[in-house]
Amino acid sequence: MNQNQTTNILVVGVGGQGVMTASEILSEAAISQGFEVKKTEVAGMSQRGGVVSSHVRFGPRVLSPEIPPGEADILVGFEAAEAMRWSHYLRPKNSPRAGVAMINRLKLEPPIVSLGLFAYPDDPVAAVRERGLEVHDFDAGEIARGLGDLRLINTIMLGAISDGLPFPAETLKACVVARFAAKKAVLAELNARAFDLGKAAGKK
Amino acid sequence: MSVKPFAPPAAGSRLLMSGNEAIARAVWDAGVRVAAAYPGTPSTEILEYISHYPDLYAEWSVNEKVSLEVAIGASIAGARSFCAMKHVGMNVASDALMTLTLTGVVGGLVIAVADDVGFSSSQNEQDSRFWGRFAHLPILEPADSQEAYEMTLAAFALSEKFNAPVILRLTTRICHVKCLVTVGAREIKRAANGFIKDPSRWVMVPANAQKRLPGVFAREKALAEESATSAFNRLEPGSDRRVGFVTSGPAYMHVREAFPNAPVLKLGISWPVPMGKVREFAAQVDTLVVVEETEQLLETEILAAGIPARGKDLLPTAGEMPPFILKKHLAVLFPELANAAETAAPAPVPVFPRPPTMCAACPHLGVYYTLSQLRNVNITGDIGCYTLGAGHPWRALDTTICMGASMGMALGMDKGRGPDDEKKSIIAVIGDSTFMHMGMQGLLDIAWNRGNVTILLLDNRTVGMTGGQDNPASGRDIHGEAAPRIDLAKVVESLGIDPGHIHAVDPYLLPVLFKTLREEIKYNGPSVIITDRPCVLIDEYKKQPAYEVFEPACTGCGNCVEIGCPAIHVTRREKAVKPSGKEVELAFASIETAACTGCGLCLQPCAPDAIRPAEPKAVKVEFV
Repeated sequence: MNQNQTTNILVVGVGGQGVMTASEILSEAAISQGFEVKKTEVAGMSQRGGVVSSHVRFGPRVLSPEIPPGEADILVGFEAAEAMRWSHYLRPKNSPRAGVAMINRLKLEPPIVSLGLFAYPDDPVAAVRERGLEVHDFDAGEIARGLGDLRLINTIMLGAISDGLPFPAETLKACVVARFAAKKAVLAELNARAFDLGKAAGKK
Repeated sequence: MSVKPFAPPAAGSRLLMSGNEAIARAVWDAGVRVAAAYPGTPSTEILEYISHYPDLYAEWSVNEKVSLEVAIGASIAGARSFCAMKHVGMNVASDALMTLTLTGVVGGLVIAVADDVGFSSSQNEQDSRFWGRFAHLPILEPADSQEAYEMTLAAFALSEKFNAPVILRLTTRICHVKCLVTVGAREIKRAANGFIKDPSRWVMVPANAQKRLPGVFAREKALAEESATSAFNRLEPGSDRRVGFVTSGPAYMHVREAFPNAPVLKLGISWPVPMGKVREFAAQVDTLVVVEETEQLLETEILAAGIPARGKDLLPTAGEMPPFILKKHLAVLFPELANAAETAAPAPVPVFPRPPTMCAACPHLGVYYTLSQLRNVNITGDIGCYTLGAGHPWRALDTTICMGASMGMALGMDKGRGPDDEKKSIIAVIGDSTFMHMGMQGLLDIAWNRGNVTILLLDNRTVGMTGGQDNPASGRDIHGEAAPRIDLAKVVESLGIDPGHIHAVDPYLLPVLFKTLREEIKYNGPSVIITDRPCVLIDEYKKQPAYEVFEPACTGCGNCVEIGCPAIHVTRREKAVKPSGKEVELAFASIETAACTGCGLCLQPCAPDAIRPAEPKAVKVEFV
């Protein structure tokens, strides 16, 4: 990724998964590198289990806060079907700078699916791949459960994309740790571990 | 929610701020003494942030009209004042606004109006810039958080210079977009040391009001001159003069990104339109294109001034104007885009919708489950979380128009009954905050005019949909401090409802709720059933141990699924034939214990007692 271009990261998931916190931390890291940053989401009803998508754009100069479809460099999917829903935002493989989708395999079925009104796709990750997009997927929930707290998924996902940013992974990690250090030392340590495990998972 | 003490960052700090945060800081820096609002997406956080700052008075008002009236009172007492609202809030406040334009202000008065462009959380889409033309008041339109900060400060100065309230027009992409903002220092300014009595100005009886009207139009002329020379209205040259853009607000950023070489006339003060500047600009380009979110306002004025322009003949008249939309719709003016526009924006793949749901254990779930079991009812609804009752699985709300409408509409449905509705019962559903905002008057009308309506007043002690703000039923003020708590039952009685037909009911007790509702819909007169459990998102809600489905006992009846709790999932469906020969679909369920907070609603319709307290599952945190 080029420092002179705008980097577009689209973070998507379901209300309550920590999408907005993750994009806030990404923004802080980009600011610390001297980039101009814009971050936007439409999350009016996200608290009620709705769709959340957060756009983070940074570079020497950022105008529109919205990432155009087909121009996301990284799509961070906290939930598999949500990654599929937003997959048309990712840069295709055949474009000059192909984008990467980093997807948590977690499947969260909304009540509308449970009620039998709509079907949940069989394999959303495969569906994203079939569109000719670069996909890395892993089970962030399993890593989070191993660490004892499902809320760590957002830190794990940040770790997973940290090697593909136009600044060092350590910069992002420091921002994650700083945020939790302000609350509790033990949380900072736990998040640092989650970040590292996510980073390793993102490379596979 | 109690608010932590806040030390405002020093002047000169460069901070990552949303538009709402930046406006709050500017309100403080402008030396505002009084700020008021009613919560509404996307404007809610402005007053939340303001309330964190020291040394100014901030309140949640009961509705937008009151918030504006509070601001007017402070202004004519000499203080700078501020109020904020979402777009539909201005409809409520407009009665005050349309005469405030005659009286004018003393201390600077700024009204922030936030349009929900794209319907993320609203019942309609409005273009609030029309208030500027309608009320002959200046409209300031920031394009990002830094401008939101600067324009808020400038708006107070402008307000005092012209003795006019100033409207700061925002959209979601200002309110909820974060970028870096450099903030300044606070400076207390007072236009007067007290209220100066002057009936010719403050008592708007016809004789006085009439005399002030010419002044409104003279002021608008003076404002047009201000707009013509303001640095907020700037001409940005460009090398590609085939198309010149006139634009304002967030649309400016989209235009700049989509057409980096095009000349742009950016309007920060979009009303009154600086027509001289537009004319000068038009002469420099081949085609003038007006890009505005959302309706055709500037373009109509520009065309009326005899300047040829295009805009809404090519662009959508609803929603946002992001770069890919602009490129797609304006490709006819840019031949090089003709092919690119077709292929540039990849299409989305179809995925099931994920509409917002009520929370696990929400006290409204029991109400909607009960309503969904009733036949022969028409149910008028209102604005709030409980509007979701119109959705699956309940389908138990038939109308939503605006704040408080459930009351008057229920009365009208009763009085206007046709033969098909003769045997139907009319039920109105409204939340505590909406009731106090604009529902009390409707209930008074029902009581006075003897409507045959059963009202469900769902008191969850908070403004739920906007994230749990306090209201007069919560017993706390905007700072989370103890405040007088309104007794809704007493209010209802005072409005004229017979105490024998006012019931307080626990919405988690389905049999009681069902029985009360059945009895009251039979009564030929108005009755009010008040539910009294707190929203699960506020501190008063106490979580209980979780439940789980004991699988061997589950018969697949699906009754628990009908509650609509998002913690209950169908694990498998089976077809079965009843002894009567009737084919039924069975739905076997499970409870997500991590999400369940033990309200116990789902236990009640479960015939085989298959729902039991969950086995505790200890999660161990290990450190290597």
